[in-house]
Amino acid sequence: MRIGLLGKKIGMTRVYDDKGRAQAVTVIDVNGNAKLQVKTKETDGYNAVQVGYDTQKKQRVTKAQLGHFEKAGAEAKKIVREFRLKEGETPAEDFKLDVNLFKPGQMIDVIGTSKGKGFAGIMKKHNTRGQPQSHGSMMHRRPGAIGCRSTPGRIWKNQSMPGHMGHEQITVQNLRVVQVREKEQVLVIEGAVPGPNGGYLIVRPAIKRPVGTLAKPRHGVASVATTGAKIAIKKK
Amino acid sequence: MNIIQTIEQEQLKPQTSKFKVGDTVRVHTRVVEGDKERIQIYTGIVMGFRGRGLNEAFTVRRISYGEGVERVFPIHSPRIAKVEIERSGSVRRAKLNYLRGRKGKGATTVREEAQQLAK
Repeated sequence: MRIGLLGKKIGMTRVYDDKGRAQAVTVIDVNGNAKLQVKTKETDGYNAVQVGYDTQKKQRVTKAQLGHFEKAGAEAKKIVREFRLKEGETPAEDFKLDVNLFKPGQMIDVIGTSKGKGFAGIMKKHNTRGQPQSHGSMMHRRPGAIGCRSTPGRIWKNQSMPGHMGHEQITVQNLRVVQVREKEQVLVIEGAVPGPNGGYLIVRPAIKRPVGTLAKPRHGVASVATTGAKIAIKKK
Repeated sequence: MNIIQTIEQEQLKPQTSKFKVGDTVRVHTRVVEGDKERIQIYTGIVMGFRGRGLNEAFTVRRISYGEGVERVFPIHSPRIAKVEIERSGSVRRAKLNYLRGRKGKGATTVREEAQQLAK
């Protein structure tokens, strides 16, 4: 079963691992995930678990939604997402959606919405080189030629053009869980995650790793991080 | 306290060595070779501090085989065992970037605290 959690990016910091190496980490809040509904093939046509996250004022949701939340015994939630299950998979009755779904060392995927960059030119958006900044050049960041002449007589598809950039869904695969903090209901994961601080995220077990496996040790060293502890030396 | 501060607080060393810009220091670094750990000492002049809290770091400059070398150490890194003061210097700047342009004796010494007091 690959059930994940909804969360919010809190920010980034640095954590020293058991070898004393600093690693950049992102802190993700996953407090208050609620199981809203378990969908099954018989009743809904597919298997899934519906999850809600982040408290919302009652008057901000429709009465239909409120009824749905109450049925699940949950408070009103801001965002609702589903995690699809394979056929025949059903979560246990007492299945809990909290930080303990993940273990330190596990690989996860994080889905978020990237920061919006507005209407961006071709150099920023498509990493083209542009034109000379000097030597009499009066054309600096423009796209230049976008096609040929009478053959083919049209512009090829996928020609890179200026336009809106960012604010799109991005999935980052295979990030390692560094710490699972039960008290604060917070995940600390290695590396960066799309979106601004406070942006909503979906955290799920990595789809390209077998369920329940831990990450390969980084540089051949057991890589479960400690918190500011002494360097542990492995004796042969 | 927010969670990021908590995470950083946990990793702060309870006690850090006290030294300041201009001091000549011996930085004891833990070096892991195979399955053994040993202490390596890096000696030089503290050029400046940067960052705050967990991210605070200092730069140490020395002349090694005629070549200037600068190393940046995070103060709270577990790989820094301790920092000893060899000579305490007295300088009027927060960053001693002017040492970079110097040659000979001027590159390896700054005015000592005692000299300053004597005047």
